[in-house]
Amino acid sequence: MSENQPLSRTPLNEIHRASGARMVDFGGWDMPVQYTGIVDEHNTVRNAVGLFDVSHMGEIEIRGPEALRLVDHVSTNAASRLKTGQAHYSGLLYEHGGFVDDILVHKVADDSYFLCVNASNQDKDFEHIRSHNHFDCEVDFASPRYAQLAIQGPKALEVARQLTSADLSAIRYYWFVDGEFAGVPARIARTGYTGEDGFEVYVAPEFAAKVWNAILAAGAEFGIKPCGLGARNTLRLESAMSLYGHEIGASITPFDAGLGWIVKMDKGDFVGRDALAKQREKGLTRALAGFEMRERGIARDGYEVFIGGEAAGWVTSGSPAPTLCKNIGLCLIPADRAKVGEKIAILIRNQTVEAEIVPTPFYKR
Amino acid sequence: MNYPENYRYTKEHEWVGLADGIATIGITFHAQEELGDIVYVDLPKAGTSVEKGKTFGSVESVKAVSDIYAPVSGEVTEANELLAAKPEKLNEDPHSSAWLIKVRVSNAEEFSNLMPASEYQIYVGAES
Repeated sequence: MSENQPLSRTPLNEIHRASGARMVDFGGWDMPVQYTGIVDEHNTVRNAVGLFDVSHMGEIEIRGPEALRLVDHVSTNAASRLKTGQAHYSGLLYEHGGFVDDILVHKVADDSYFLCVNASNQDKDFEHIRSHNHFDCEVDFASPRYAQLAIQGPKALEVARQLTSADLSAIRYYWFVDGEFAGVPARIARTGYTGEDGFEVYVAPEFAAKVWNAILAAGAEFGIKPCGLGARNTLRLESAMSLYGHEIGASITPFDAGLGWIVKMDKGDFVGRDALAKQREKGLTRALAGFEMRERGIARDGYEVFIGGEAAGWVTSGSPAPTLCKNIGLCLIPADRAKVGEKIAILIRNQTVEAEIVPTPFYKR
Repeated sequence: MNYPENYRYTKEHEWVGLADGIATIGITFHAQEELGDIVYVDLPKAGTSVEKGKTFGSVESVKAVSDIYAPVSGEVTEANELLAAKPEKLNEDPHSSAWLIKVRVSNAEEFSNLMPASEYQIYVGAES
């Protein structure tokens, strides 16, 4: 990202600034990192309901008679198994098996798929998918047509159902429906990145402010609060969900990252499949594991991990966990050491501090 | 925010109060606000030497870790034990009960060379 390039803004930028959010440069986007405080927002989502502006996320639409063939060719999960109105988590890989990005694939119709991708990867993803499009379908960079709001927490259903005539209680986790929401056309998906129940609502950018305000008004009785990316990160980490650039990236395969479940080797060829088959044949050398600090100290992203006095890997994400009141993290270490109960040490500012491998997710609702 | 008149301040957002050759050192209201929820404070033990401009400890929020720089040189006489158990006090009361360390200063001139409250007020005003 060039220093001179102005930051991108979501349609809710003025609302964030007017309501006193602290803004940060998040991969080239001017985004709220917190409103009232990360811990307060985190707890609000765990105990009641929070609202996130995630309009920086990208959208790519694939339409045409062979849309399914392209989606299945560029992604690791089996899109052919999706029913209309269903979504799943998947990976876009390079030929060498590393991640281009992690994505959500929504089946809108037999000839129409809707991909939600990471903000800072959206241009790269679009070019990647287009470069593999030898099929009878079109790849459409749809990000400018969508804002995305995430309503997350145990009270999310009660808030969202007030704003639509769609029967949201009938929508199962990782399913979605197109309908009216707060009086505007919307795609309402029961998905999220917090480990709680919730909905991600896609609307046209010109309606974002209206929908944002309607959600806050509908959620007032439940104590809804706007939340920033800081809480989004602690929530997803407690749930051990991957974040691009941390747990996954171009040099990390789905098998390394413990995401074998999004890879369907039996579905036929796809980009990266050969490399994954070779990796599987050779056996895994490293694995992602969750840990808890056993001594005082907080592991942070990028800190070195030592096992038996030897450098053994690194912390992919580390943070205090507000719900658990513990300091936790994920690390990439040799596969044979990634076992629950294994003692590891994290190098924190030139001192090794003890930690232990624990089961993930750290938190489950 | 009211910055106590009897303190001196640094560009790194520490405050210093001086009485009887002992400097009490903390971080400012502005600093804790920038950091957000503080969850961990790492401080030197009594007897440790600190040197002006060098880092002597760290304060961690949920989001990040920040070094704390010594505004004056000297020997640590006390670290605030309150903060080991209750780091969040730094958010609640940064200018008083949540001081970080006390230092027997070796050169009182270092104190007088720091910013007075009026100047610091302008400095943080200009920065934000």
